[in-house]
Amino acid sequence: MTTILADTARATVAPELSWLGLVLILPLASAALCALCGAFRCKSKLPAWITVVALAASFGLVLKAYFGYAGPVEIPIFEWINFSWGEGGRFQSFVADCALYVDSLTLFWMLFVTGLGTLIALYASEYMEGDKGTGYSRFFFGISIFLFAMSSLVMGDNLVMLYLGWEGVGLASYLLIGYDYHRPSAVAAAKKAFIVNRIGDLGLALGIFMLWANYGTLQYDELFAAMNAGGQSSIDWDIAVIPFLIMLGAFGKSAQFPLHVWLPDAMEGPTPVSALIHAATMVTAGVYLIARMFPFFELHPDALATVAWIGTGTALLAATIGMMQHDIKRVFAYSTISQLGYMFMGLGVGTSFGACYHTFTHAFFKALLFLTAGAVMHGFAGQLDLRKLSGLRRMPGWRIVSWTMFIGCLWLAAFPLTAAFYSKDAILLAALTSPRWDFVLLGWVGLFTAALTAYYTFRVWFRVCAGPVHVEMGSDGHHAPADPHDTHGHGTQTSHAHAEGPHAPRWAINGVLVVLAVGAIAAGIPSYLEIMAHVPNWVQTMIANSSASQGAGLLEAHAAAHDGHHSTVLGMDPHTGLAIIGTIASVGGISVAFFFHLYSRASADRLLSWLRSRSLVGWIPGAMEHKWYIDEIYHALVRLPLWIGAQVLSLGDKHFLDGAIVDGMGKLPMAIGKLFRPLYGGGLQGYAVTMVGGLGLVLAWVTWVWLRGHT
Amino acid sequence: MSADLAAPFVPASGTELSIALLLSAFLFGLGIVGFLSRRNMIIMFLCTELMFQGAALAFVAFSRQHMDVSGQVFVIFILTVAAAEAALALGLVVLLYRCRETLNAEAWSSLGESVDSADRAAEPIGTQRGIA
Repeated sequence: MTTILADTARATVAPELSWLGLVLILPLASAALCALCGAFRCKSKLPAWITVVALAASFGLVLKAYFGYAGPVEIPIFEWINFSWGEGGRFQSFVADCALYVDSLTLFWMLFVTGLGTLIALYASEYMEGDKGTGYSRFFFGISIFLFAMSSLVMGDNLVMLYLGWEGVGLASYLLIGYDYHRPSAVAAAKKAFIVNRIGDLGLALGIFMLWANYGTLQYDELFAAMNAGGQSSIDWDIAVIPFLIMLGAFGKSAQFPLHVWLPDAMEGPTPVSALIHAATMVTAGVYLIARMFPFFELHPDALATVAWIGTGTALLAATIGMMQHDIKRVFAYSTISQLGYMFMGLGVGTSFGACYHTFTHAFFKALLFLTAGAVMHGFAGQLDLRKLSGLRRMPGWRIVSWTMFIGCLWLAAFPLTAAFYSKDAILLAALTSPRWDFVLLGWVGLFTAALTAYYTFRVWFRVCAGPVHVEMGSDGHHAPADPHDTHGHGTQTSHAHAEGPHAPRWAINGVLVVLAVGAIAAGIPSYLEIMAHVPNWVQTMIANSSASQGAGLLEAHAAAHDGHHSTVLGMDPHTGLAIIGTIASVGGISVAFFFHLYSRASADRLLSWLRSRSLVGWIPGAMEHKWYIDEIYHALVRLPLWIGAQVLSLGDKHFLDGAIVDGMGKLPMAIGKLFRPLYGGGLQGYAVTMVGGLGLVLAWVTWVWLRGHT
Repeated sequence: MSADLAAPFVPASGTELSIALLLSAFLFGLGIVGFLSRRNMIIMFLCTELMFQGAALAFVAFSRQHMDVSGQVFVIFILTVAAAEAALALGLVVLLYRCRETLNAEAWSSLGESVDSADRAAEPIGTQRGIA
């Protein structure tokens, strides 16, 4: 049955749609213009408006393509790489044209990438205004380059274009994390992100090589056709290794264990970057990659199971770490890793629909959460410690931030009737109703993680936005006071907002927050329609007509999911049962957070100190706060040996290569000279003695040779 | 070469050659010892002349032994060069004497370097003290 799907999915070539190439060209042009603005020391908000307009135009073009969509198309733009030898067919050519492959999955991804990109660029135009004239152009250059690379990644017609975009988004991420390059921590975080991603990218590159080696082409359309024609029975190691290599690339970009360590540190970048690149779009590139290459994950029976296990493990791990972090952005960073874990779990258990739907809902509510955190950070001079902020919703001018953050938190906690509730349910349902017992186990772990998620999410909200009004300013800002002082709620009266006290966000920030909140709510519409009006889920229809819906395992999983009498959850119909358990998990987590972080904050400290005093579990809170010491383990296993090796080699270089060999060569003639120097004291007879001595030696040698020849 | 001139020119016996070579070696050795042991520049110059003559004698002896006149031709060249060189060398000695008012060869040793100044030369260039 996969073959039938594949045949219907063969793309038609549509050169008349080449205007879609503008989706790539507009951000690139915007990047060039921003670079010019930087070169001419532009001091206005011009770069921001250029970027916003270019991205909005891209979004408009994607919308136009969406409404005119009639089936998968290949849109050639120009010939980029084209080598051929011999006959020039498969295996005898290497073709990577600059062409677009547009199917519903592409459009689905591009819609939220360009849409959120536009909104976040608008938000950043206000957020970054303190840097006008210095880094403003550079920032929007980075955003534009990112959108170009992301579009190339998603819309490219072959894996080479995907790889170009893959590296491009990595570069943009590096540039933007290290945006504030005066801070050593930002530079270190940028390097960490880049280097950790190198490992994943190596996997992806090797995967692409293996794909060419086995199928002789890198264009999606031909690749899927070749794969289906070749059958899926042969499991030679060089074919079976392909999904694992691709998976490694996805894990690196999407921050899955064990390559997740870069994402929390990436929060060193400006908050719009965290929202756009490190929450909503770039980190979902791994999900896109696996969804796009889904048929190839059938090549090894354990490939998808590995994805599911890693995803679930990451979700649980990141959730436990997020429970004990005090920095708001870090909590959200770990929640991002955790939610990405859910997406991989969804892919692994075979519901690419659930994974993509969760990506979609997550993009909205997580961008929203990050932007609210950014508004807090912007207004309170960099203060992000949730122990030092309280009662924000009662402060004038912070109402919109508080309540949009509330919406974001409800969605992240998968509160019933929210979009994320349905998208998470789709994943958990597929896991719990799977015929494989280990997937069912993963499903229960996912449910437990959902409760943890609800807890840590509302821990932030109850601490920061609810409770008595109490704010300590951070230490950022241009003329920050030497000692952070409490403002007790009347902060907006000061005019020099950056210097003196908190300043509430204005229209660009508030407007974007409201739009994103509406978007997060609207992301649930497909599910509402499905339940109320039995309209097929929009996301489902978008995914079903793409490569993400191919593959036997997926179809089995769906068959299982829709056969209620085959599988039950706690003796109930799976849909009902899961809705009840999911509600219990979400509401339970929120209630616990309410008790410990709003109703009786002192009891949270009491519980923590009681936990720490128990010898058996006392180490756990500390370990969670220290991210289970994974960074320390990497430090001991990778960085320390490398550092020691570098020191040894450096010493060897200094003392052996440089000292003994290079300097030694220079010292050798000097030493020899010193040996003979007494012979040349300047006296005439001294020279004569040397000469005679030399003559004597020559004579003696000649005599010796002569005598030896005659005896 | 005509026969009447060549008639008394017969190869020397082995003993004669040995005596001539011993004398030559003696002259040469005398020159070396004198050159090394004396400090007076004129004496030293005379000693170099002695070494010349020792070498020339060896040439003559071998020339007689091998019945080959080219050795004697060589001697004539040596004498010529020695004469020219004597003129030069004596002129030099006179000039040197005028500079230092002495014929002692030890007065001329400024090309050499004492041990401590040699160590100074090993230091990097910029740090050298001025040369006295």
